Amino acid sequence: MSSSKQQILAAVRRSLRREQPDEATRAELEQRLGAPHANLVPQRAQVSHAEQLDMMESMLKELSATVVRLDSEAQVPQAVADYLKNENLPPQVRMAPRDDLRQLPWDGQPLLEIAEGIAAAEDATSVTGAFAGIAETGTLMMASGPEAPVTLNFLPENHVVVLRASQVTGTYEEAWVRLRQEVGPGKMPRAVNMITGPSRTGDIEQTILLGAHGPRRLHVLLVDDRDTAAG
Amino acid sequence: MQSTSHAFKDNARAALANQTLQKAMKHVKSGFIDKRAKARARLPEFDALRDEARDIKNHTLANLDFYLERYEEKVTASGGEVHWTATAEDAVKAVLDICRRVDAKVVTKGKSMISEEIALNQAMEDAGLDVVETDLGEYIIQLRKEPPSHIIAPAVHLTKEQVEADFRHHHQELPSERQLSEPVQLVAEARQMLRRRFLEADVGITGANFLVAETGTSIIVTNEGNGDLTQTLPRVHIVVASLEKVVPNLEDATTILRVLARSATGQEFSSYTTLSTGPRRPEDLDGPEEYHVILLDNGRSNMLGGDFQDMLRCIRCGACMNHCPVYHAVGGHAYGWVYPGPMGSVLTPNLIGVDEAGHLPNASTFCGRCEAVCPMRIPLPKMMRHWREREFERHLSPPAVRIGLGLWAFLARRPKLYHFVTGWQARLLARFGRARGRFDALPLARGWTKHRDFPAPEGKTFQQLWAERQESQAKGKSAS
Ligand code: SF4
Repeated sequence: MSSSKQQILAAVRRSLRREQPDEATRAELEQRLGAPHANLVPQRAQVSHAEQLDMMESMLKELSATVVRLDSEAQVPQAVADYLKNENLPPQVRMAPRDDLRQLPWDGQPLLEIAEGIAAAEDATSVTGAFAGIAETGTLMMASGPEAPVTLNFLPENHVVVLRASQVTGTYEEAWVRLRQEVGPGKMPRAVNMITGPSRTGDIEQTILLGAHGPRRLHVLLVDDRDTAAG
Repeated sequence: MQSTSHAFKDNARAALANQTLQKAMKHVKSGFIDKRAKARARLPEFDALRDEARDIKNHTLANLDFYLERYEEKVTASGGEVHWTATAEDAVKAVLDICRRVDAKVVTKGKSMISEEIALNQAMEDAGLDVVETDLGEYIIQLRKEPPSHIIAPAVHLTKEQVEADFRHHHQELPSERQLSEPVQLVAEARQMLRRRFLEADVGITGANFLVAETGTSIIVTNEGNGDLTQTLPRVHIVVASLEKVVPNLEDATTILRVLARSATGQEFSSYTTLSTGPRRPEDLDGPEEYHVILLDNGRSNMLGGDFQDMLRCIRCGACMNHCPVYHAVGGHAYGWVYPGPMGSVLTPNLIGVDEAGHLPNASTFCGRCEAVCPMRIPLPKMMRHWREREFERHLSPPAVRIGLGLWAFLARRPKLYHFVTGWQARLLARFGRARGRFDALPLARGWTKHRDFPAPEGKTFQQLWAERQESQAKGKSAS
């Protein structure tokens, strides 16, 4: 294999009509890789945080996702139960194994069955957190890890996401900065899923339909945590 | 896949006569174009982003060796493995070796044009593997044993009636009296049938829209979520990607992503943009145990530094074919290989040779729409002209074209003679055509007059009219 590598790199250099990049070029390239900078960033989402929250909500709705805004985390269990009831779904959820979700007042919903862990084929609804919300296009960013299994984002037909207002940014670039702060420069979680609305397909006569293979419904609980974040 | 590009003319003729195809192709014309235009109008920076996207790729290509090496280092550091492969055969072999080593039986696939390019499915099936395409369009054409006819909408050449017939034929285990005439029923049935396959797969294969040198990450963009199930559930994830997919940083991928979906489907962003870096971590609860990248050259290093380098910026969005009148008329299969439309006319001769695909660059009216919409600002018509020149040099064009062009070249190098001859022709044609104002048959121009009339000239050449106009304008100016 390594001989193929040498052969390919040699062919590339022959076409570029040079040997290795010279010292100065190499230093420049290292600099570019090591200190990433934003390119042109559209104006659209460079607005106040309150406006970003509104944009996040309206973009999600435009994508056929549903959004409920909550004043506090404590309202999440009730909101999940209401959603399942309204959509006629069984009162069972597969929840991401994370403390901030676990600590919510679920005991107020005695009819709701909660299991934690990765998604199984028969799970109808998952409840997860998010790493960020990106207002520019209403995109949810999920960073995989022990508290955020990837299967929860894709296998169940219904995906409920608890998104905190403090997690909402304007642009993708801001989310990358936050991610690097979290995992370290040049590193990545195993999977980063940027989710923009429910699963869809246009493969049959260009008719757009939801729920091709991933979730048919995406429901976002947008929780106002800004006071607690400040205090 | 076996190419029929050499038979483009016959393919095109058959396509034009195919009523079902013509019915299906109507959706392309109406759907994609409006949606892209709306998305563009909604983002004032769209065209400036296209410039940046072009510059990012140009920078990367100029330093491709550096970025590829850094990319590999990062993949290795995250526990994955890069397999460098020079040819399609090498790439196929690398995939088969992995499948054999892990004793794979069922392999799921996310839509990947590169795997079509290297004819991976056929090779895997020959090796006894059960290969399942999971993108709805790809699934449909796999059932039909057809190649894709569009790079982002592989089954765009089919009507829902055809899909219904295929599903009824292949899903015999389902009740025969079920309702299946609406797209929503077809999508639900495909979801149900494929769910089981996702869960039993041993290996998942995807392509990549980008490889990020900064982090050793591969990125796929899908709408259905099939690519994600393909790469998350099996024990092994194999990414097949060609060299030019690499970009330096996450920010660079982001800039190009901002123009990708808008150009392709007119969405602001595709439903799922997924970044994968290495295999499952020790503390993870799901994800593949092995992560491999088949990094494929297959002609790319050759295109670098030459007339066709710009084509390496292509992000496979499909906008050029969505806006191409020739593609609208004949569909994707007429082009005879994996990549149809204007991008295919440029790329295919590079990949399978001008002898086989030399006709494709002629499948253009040079209307320029492809270049006008290409998010990566690839000068497609210019490159098609490069191919035509080469075809001419290599004496691959027919004698009538060669003699005609030779005569024209002789005249064009002698301006006085040229003016004399064209002026004489214009007068002659004007005299003969005066009665009706047009010709329905002309010697040497039957290719034109067979399908439409040739308008009779007014009796003067363009150059003569131009000279007169300049003169009268000059007079008008000096008078005022
Ligand atoms: S050539 Fe341009 S328009 Fe065509 S598929 Fe490639 S990037 Fe898209």
